[in-house]
Amino acid sequence: MSGYDLAVVGAGIMGATAALRAREGGMRVVVLERDVAGAGASGVNAGTLSLQIKRVGLMPYALVGHEWWRHAGDAIGFKQTGGYTLAFNQREQAMLEDRMRQKRAAGAPIEFLTPREVRAREPALSNRIVAASYCAEDGFADSTRTGTYLRRLLREADVELREHSPVSAIERGFRVTAGGETIEAKRLLIAGGAWTASLAAMLDVTLPIRVRTNTVTVTEPGPVHLHAGIGHATGLLTLKQKPNGSYLIGGGWQGVGSPATGRGRVLAETLLQNLRLARFAVPSVATARVLRSWTGYEAFVADYWPLAGALPGVPNAFVLTCVRGGYTIGPCIGPLVADLILGREPALPLFDPARVNATASPALAAAGR
Amino acid sequence: MTASYDVAVLGAGPAGAAAAIEASSHGLRTIVFDEHIAAGGQVYRTSPRIEGNGDADGDRLRDAFGKAGIDRRLAHRVWHIERGDKGFGVYALGPDGPFNATAKTLIVATGAQERYVPFDGWDLPGVMGLASATVLLKSQRVLPGKCVVVAGAGPLLYAVAHGIVAGGGRVAAVVDAQPRHAWWRPDVLSRPDLVLRGIAWLNALWHAGVPIFRGRVVRSVMREGEALRVCVVGNGRVREIACDTVCCGFGLMPSTDVTRLLGATHAYEPSLGGWHVVVDDDQRTDVRGLYAAGDVAGVVGAAAAPFQGRIAARSAARNLGRTVDSEGKRERDRAARFGRAMTRLTQVDDEVIAAIPTGVTMCVCEGLNRATLEAAIDDGCATINDLKSATRCGMGACGGRVCEDSVARLIALKTSRTREEIGQATGRSPLRPVELDAIAGDFDYDALPMPAPAPL
Repeated sequence: MSGYDLAVVGAGIMGATAALRAREGGMRVVVLERDVAGAGASGVNAGTLSLQIKRVGLMPYALVGHEWWRHAGDAIGFKQTGGYTLAFNQREQAMLEDRMRQKRAAGAPIEFLTPREVRAREPALSNRIVAASYCAEDGFADSTRTGTYLRRLLREADVELREHSPVSAIERGFRVTAGGETIEAKRLLIAGGAWTASLAAMLDVTLPIRVRTNTVTVTEPGPVHLHAGIGHATGLLTLKQKPNGSYLIGGGWQGVGSPATGRGRVLAETLLQNLRLARFAVPSVATARVLRSWTGYEAFVADYWPLAGALPGVPNAFVLTCVRGGYTIGPCIGPLVADLILGREPALPLFDPARVNATASPALAAAGR
Repeated sequence: MTASYDVAVLGAGPAGAAAAIEASSHGLRTIVFDEHIAAGGQVYRTSPRIEGNGDADGDRLRDAFGKAGIDRRLAHRVWHIERGDKGFGVYALGPDGPFNATAKTLIVATGAQERYVPFDGWDLPGVMGLASATVLLKSQRVLPGKCVVVAGAGPLLYAVAHGIVAGGGRVAAVVDAQPRHAWWRPDVLSRPDLVLRGIAWLNALWHAGVPIFRGRVVRSVMREGEALRVCVVGNGRVREIACDTVCCGFGLMPSTDVTRLLGATHAYEPSLGGWHVVVDDDQRTDVRGLYAAGDVAGVVGAAAAPFQGRIAARSAARNLGRTVDSEGKRERDRAARFGRAMTRLTQVDDEVIAAIPTGVTMCVCEGLNRATLEAAIDDGCATINDLKSATRCGMGACGGRVCEDSVARLIALKTSRTREEIGQATGRSPLRPVELDAIAGDFDYDALPMPAPAPL
């Protein structure tokens, strides 16, 4: 057994980038991962890096995160393709214009294009477009490569990564049992994505985290018709064609499942709506063969803002999860939380988890723990 | 519009057809899905244009199946299944478009699929599996080639070689990985009728002058103009054989796409063809309302399949409140013993995996060779799902059906992990690739239900 300055639970984008910053700051860091690096949302999302689908209040974080992905480049399959968001009726047009104006004001370089301009640049798009916005910064990366990339960064930075090591017990102080071995660490960061609530519960802290089960679908490779990333005014579609010609279709349509009982399941009803929306926006997907659909768990709290800061009631414990758009924003907010852990002033404000009424168990509080 | 049933059966092979006939006989509303246009499965596969296939067992099966009052959805491809409170939703694509059904219970009789072991040249045109060759012979009445090397392990070797000779083709050689003595075991001899059939096949091959090389495997295939040159090794000998086609397979593996998708427990047992869905004595899986019959629950062959199917249907009937005894278990178990002995004969040792050259493509869909996969394994990939994420291995159109077993064996060889530790790929929908438009169907954009948009 050996002592670490920081134990990070979760080797997704949040946990890994926090661990890297803490290591830079001179800490001895271990990362404990139940599966393998990037096995959760970090590795199974649709890989969309779009400022147009980021929340207005998270735009400064998204801009920083975007730079990290650009820097990762080929190692992660980063492509800055530009992205279009489409509206097909007046209700969607009003929504698009209102939302994109606000996002532009928050710093995203978004412009509005006429349907004719959009179709001239992307002839594969539907001829039913009523309004569209464009952001040249948008693009995508290959999320399946997240784990391999993070593992390499951790290794190069001399951060110890223990994969296939699910945490089964945490004692204050901290003693963390993972994969049958117990380690000691002065500080603890829980960055367990959808599994964060069950990890916090090991410290008798209840976090009111809920989980979305997002569906993603990929088609067989085929002729390349589409170059930019495509979104929908409602945010209910992400669509891109990868360099090999396969379409990747997402948009947050809900399957079913619970992180406690394994992987989520796709539901035909929502999957088919997702595919119909894709087919309407980009008619050339119609003849592609659907190869595989899967789900990923996205943690959120009622106000949809991140949990990023001190874990309520447990000194030297921290939590980072529930970041909407976490694939883009993770590499920004992970290091910010590490700055807090290092005792530095984060460059952007964090999101205090205490606001969500996290509760320590009263009985245990009375027992003086 | 979705029709509802008491029992849905997936697969109209010997297990599925028997299950459906039995279920229907107990007054249960029964529906069967099969991709092929006729019942019979792979073993009694028949030609689309020719009446019968000369196999009396297959014709009897089709006759009984046709008369049993079952909703027969042949030429239907099931692409998705989900489990809900009231049972199972089955989503299929048929000749007339999407067809969906719900059923209180589901009997999976999806059979088995070919096990491939890569070698240098296995991905060349003119090289195919043994099961693929049987499809050509039975369904298309086409010889796989004019001059064929038939290689691999197990009884399918001799069935294919005999089929080619009987069809007027030439077999340049049979290359059997097993030594002769492997065949003479008590459990093989337990079915004298099938042993006699095997001897008749061997006799026909002997009369046709087909050389049989035992205890040897194909090491490489090279193209030379129109011809293929096959290098065969074993017993300290190297031999080259010229031909135009190579049929090579190493037995069958349970087709577990559906049972994995539905989250049933699976186990790894080489003598049952590897990973199979676990069933109890009544063919029940550990998922409520889900039963399995035939090779999906372990490759034990067509003789045991009808017994398994009937037992599964009777279990389902009991589950649905019918008073039905279990019967046929002893017959099932006796037939399964022989089938299991046959499956054992398809097992070859790790030498064939160790011998795969580093430049040989193992995952054909994604174009990944052994060196690339080994680098990822050295980098820490310890399970099939790890390797899938890191390299895209098994993510192509075949869904890992072609590469997963040999790649898992490669991980085992490199890491000394057990197959249980290495695991299986997660089951996913669609179960087979389907054209997006075909499942999306016609729709009115303005009627698409749109959930509330994400918060700003």
